[in-house]
Amino acid sequence: MIPAPFEYERAADVAAAVTLLQQGGVEARLLAGGHSLLPLMRLRLARPRLLVDIGGLDDLRYVRVEDERVSIGALATHHDLASSAQLRAACALLARTAEQIGDPQVRHRGTIGGSVAHADPASDLPAALLALDAEMIVQGTEGTRSIAAADFFVGPLMSALRDGEILTEVRVPRTGAAGAYVKFQRRAQDWAIVGVAAAIERDGSAITHARIGLCNMGPTPLRAPGVETALVGADGPGAVATAATRVAELKTPPADQNASADYRRHLAEVMIRRAVAAAVA
Amino acid sequence: MARISVTVNGVAHDTDVDPRTLLVHFIREQVGLTGTNVGCDTSSCGACTVLMDGQSVKACTVLAVQADGHEVTTVEGLAKNGEWHPVQQAFHEHHGLQCGFCTPGMMMAAVGFLEENPAPSEAEVRLALEGNLCRCTGYHNIVVSVLAAAETMRAAGGRARAGG
Amino acid sequence: MATGERYVGGGVLRKEDLTLLTGQGRFVESITLPGLLHLAVVRSPYGAARIRGIELEAARAAAGVVAAFTGADLAEEWAAPLPMAWPVTEDIRIPEHWPVTQDVARYQGDAVAVVVARTRSAALDAAELVEVEYEELPAVTDVEAALADGAPKVHASLEDNSCYTWTLANGDVEAAFAKADVVVTQRYTQPRLIPNAMEPRAVVVQPLPAAGDFTMWSTTQIPHIAKVLFALTLGIPESKLRVIAPDVGGGFGSKLNIYAEEALCLALARRLGRPVKWVAGRSEGYVATTHGRDQIQHVELAATSDGKILGYRFKLLANMGAYLQLITPGTPLLGGFLFCGSYGGEAYHFECTGVFTNTTPTDAYRGAGRPEATYAIERAMDALAREVGVDPVEIRRRNFLPKGEMVPSPGGLAFDTTDFEMNLDRALERLDYEGLRAEQRARRERGDGKLLGVGFSTYVEMCGIAPSQALGSLNYGAGGWDAAMVRMLPTGKAEVVTGSSPHGQGHVTSWSQIAADALGVAFEDVTVLHGDTHVAPLGMNTYGSRSLAVGGVAVSLACGRVVDKAKTLAGHLLEVSPDDLEFERGTFSVKGVPDRKKTIQELAFAAWTAHSLPEGAEPGLEASCVYDPPNFTFPFGTHVCVVEIDPETGAVEIVRYLAVDDCGNVINPQIVDGQVHGGVAQGIAAALWEEAVYAPDGTLETSSMLNYLVPSAAELPSFELDRTVTPSNTNPLGVKGIGEAGTIAAAPAVINAVIDALSPLGITDIPMPATPERVWRAIRDAEGGAA
Repeated sequence: MIPAPFEYERAADVAAAVTLLQQGGVEARLLAGGHSLLPLMRLRLARPRLLVDIGGLDDLRYVRVEDERVSIGALATHHDLASSAQLRAACALLARTAEQIGDPQVRHRGTIGGSVAHADPASDLPAALLALDAEMIVQGTEGTRSIAAADFFVGPLMSALRDGEILTEVRVPRTGAAGAYVKFQRRAQDWAIVGVAAAIERDGSAITHARIGLCNMGPTPLRAPGVETALVGADGPGAVATAATRVAELKTPPADQNASADYRRHLAEVMIRRAVAAAVA
Repeated sequence: MARISVTVNGVAHDTDVDPRTLLVHFIREQVGLTGTNVGCDTSSCGACTVLMDGQSVKACTVLAVQADGHEVTTVEGLAKNGEWHPVQQAFHEHHGLQCGFCTPGMMMAAVGFLEENPAPSEAEVRLALEGNLCRCTGYHNIVVSVLAAAETMRAAGGRARAGG
Repeated sequence: MATGERYVGGGVLRKEDLTLLTGQGRFVESITLPGLLHLAVVRSPYGAARIRGIELEAARAAAGVVAAFTGADLAEEWAAPLPMAWPVTEDIRIPEHWPVTQDVARYQGDAVAVVVARTRSAALDAAELVEVEYEELPAVTDVEAALADGAPKVHASLEDNSCYTWTLANGDVEAAFAKADVVVTQRYTQPRLIPNAMEPRAVVVQPLPAAGDFTMWSTTQIPHIAKVLFALTLGIPESKLRVIAPDVGGGFGSKLNIYAEEALCLALARRLGRPVKWVAGRSEGYVATTHGRDQIQHVELAATSDGKILGYRFKLLANMGAYLQLITPGTPLLGGFLFCGSYGGEAYHFECTGVFTNTTPTDAYRGAGRPEATYAIERAMDALAREVGVDPVEIRRRNFLPKGEMVPSPGGLAFDTTDFEMNLDRALERLDYEGLRAEQRARRERGDGKLLGVGFSTYVEMCGIAPSQALGSLNYGAGGWDAAMVRMLPTGKAEVVTGSSPHGQGHVTSWSQIAADALGVAFEDVTVLHGDTHVAPLGMNTYGSRSLAVGGVAVSLACGRVVDKAKTLAGHLLEVSPDDLEFERGTFSVKGVPDRKKTIQELAFAAWTAHSLPEGAEPGLEASCVYDPPNFTFPFGTHVCVVEIDPETGAVEIVRYLAVDDCGNVINPQIVDGQVHGGVAQGIAAALWEEAVYAPDGTLETSSMLNYLVPSAAELPSFELDRTVTPSNTNPLGVKGIGEAGTIAAAPAVINAVIDALSPLGITDIPMPATPERVWRAIRDAEGGAA
């Protein structure tokens, strides 16, 4: 299928894009890699009047590993993340999440900015960014601001971005946590039925700090605070398994064609165990 | 209309497109290369896979305007000087195609993958082709073909290095 | 086969590949013509709705639009409704099926209006502007619900939703069950499947108004049948219609039909006097292209205490969908003779009721009836094995029909050639069955790790969809023959014209092998023409694994006739009796005087110049053959699946898949293996991933490739293949057919393996597809029950 007609503007820089978005109002959409938006437009489930293309802004495409944090430009592709040796060394969780998104073709085009801004609760990166306590740097007409990942995802396909604001960078603090992302799906190219991002810090073999991000377990990507608390002090698979049962406290897992709510909850428990094990392996 | 300049198989195309034109339709209808097929409307099947700046992409999920300034390689650009690409040759020798509809996209995905991973395992080949669906072959001979092509390319690369 | 074989059975590479590998495939979507118009179809979003009104003005006024029509506007275009060619019983109910409905939309996707525009995007844009006022009606999608009292009627004009009931009985079933020690009763479901040929359907029609001629390019498996039936549907003289199937990107039965959009392109091209094209989007194809399977099966086996089967009783409910497409009612019956599989017994009773529902019509999908039959019997054999406490292999051995020729089966068929036990033995040799069972026992004793299961499917199936007389006795609306013409060209090349219509099977290559050997010419010197009714005037086309066993045999026989003619000519030119000539690799030589010879190329030229021909001989060296076989062919084999199940998630992984097929003689081993690979993949896909799901209101929930799960390379294993060769006695090539065997065999092998893995928990059934959630739920319920 062919998208419905729209007007197209290529932005010269972020400021220009902000202006164009502002002028376009609610019927304007930002285009980066297009891998969240174009599939919807092809089925005519989305029909923006104006597309503002920032895909050519190469200065937004970077992965910078710094002492305190990793800074990632909004236009860094999933493939950029998955193939960056520096990122893998500094923040394995992010690289391991990115390499599991979609399929190679999707990873070549899809961007971290697009994925995060689309705020799909079934997307992989948002769950990982929650577990990493990332912050989103956004630019709008009133300048630049930072939004904590925990505050960014406000509903299904809804983020804290205001009209005309553009996500320009994702920052991930370097904590030394070991991380892994484990997802369960029926086909490799599918969206996760459940995905679990685990960022684990340990003293010896005992867990001292745990952050668990969940994909597709509610209307937004979620943290699992009960599990995280219970994981502290866990030493060995038995204790991790006990902690993982706390995911049952979540009241929000959706039921859909792919899985019922109780199966999802069960899978989340299993995937938490596996993600923690993979993180510390 | 939007003005774009796209290089397809080494030939520059400067032209106007309706912004909603998908890259695959641009390639098929405006450039006139019909080897790249469209098999779905949900970015699922990979039949439309081409290389953009050397990386595999689904040309149904890229607007032609997004390809402005980029280099696109399609199945028609695989053979060089009348010589088939090792992936084409391997698909032929190992019966890696039946109806041939998914084949251009499948081969482009394989070519892009082998650039990144010249010595893959069978499991790696299978995972690399996760975004390309085929209904005829059960993938068995596609996987055999890609592994065989990898070996040919490694041997040729070795010879090239030895010769250089 | 003939002496001097060089190509048959050997490893030649496919001729088809040269264009397909270089992007030069000629698929219908690539066809464009001057003045081409594009058709978009407005479809009902509801499973059942009365059409209160249609407003076309906005669409007609839209940019680029040439015309827009309702069903009423087009009513005069049709000389007859869309055809259904298999009225399986005298009292079958056949609702009228029009390309565009006028009163009621009876499934989601039923066409209600059409728009024609100068570009495809303009047509799609304008289709959105068509305003249809619908009154939603109650819908029914499930066969049992559709037969219940008070169910919404799909067709108000019919008494209820039943379409027909067809029965087949052999022997005294009541007596067999009365004397049985053991009766196994099972209920199985066959999920509805979407065939998903990778090439979406497309059609282009070019009219030549002054001559009244039409050329239709279509993504069809059946150009010749289409020509006949569209001539009848449109009222176009058959001689004025040319149908071309160029490169076709897979079919699997879904392009074995007479579709509304093909009829619409013909009608609109006629009305507008311009070429018209339609290309399905994938998701549009999901509602507008026939589906497969969708049955509920009640299975009963009567057996002795040691597991010897006495009688069979089967009762099916088969979902027809909202209308009857070309062979919708007959599709389940293609399995009706085979529910007893490769096994013996005294009595057999089969009954199938077709049921209308508010869903896309079903029709043939790879295997068409036989996968359903094989699934039922192969799963029931395992159930019987459990019931009488023997191994699944042993229960099969105890019941196999004997090795032989024309072996009578309880279902009433005579199997051409059988050797089931030998084939099973070959599989077991390759498998290390004892080793697998030992590993399974060890894992179970340890009680850890993944659950291991082994499943068997020792299938037999029927191919050919011939002979014509047998089809006639089933009320099938066409013959079972196929045709070939073979001619030696003056320059010594050979031209083969076939009535088969390949769409991925490699007929050009296989037919070249057959002809090259038979004529004694080089493989490269054979050209195969197909898929164009102006080039090949006769054909019955490609479906039901019939091409080789019917069309390929016709090629072989026509080649033999060419050789006979050439021999007469050679005798004439060499001044000897043809009886004194021997033919070897394309050369006729005088027995004992090898220097006196004529090559077939020399004879082709001599026949063309016609300067000196035998008395009464006509110029030219060509012959044709229309071949109607005396029987079906019956390939058989053993498929074994080994699975590991993750008990925590319910995920099933296939760790080994072994297929030992017997399709008689093999023309091209690589192509045969490829057919098995692809067939098995589709069977596995049905067992583990695929299911078309309707909501009760008639909405197709699995509406795209995002949620109808066609597996990729990443989900599937490599396959281990072997074969035994038991030549068919039905045809002179000794071939049987292999296009569907993999799909027919695979699903029960997979599910039997899943059940085998779970059997220590007392689990005896997991419905297809065995999704992780279904498996997990079964494990959880079983463990809960045990606790």
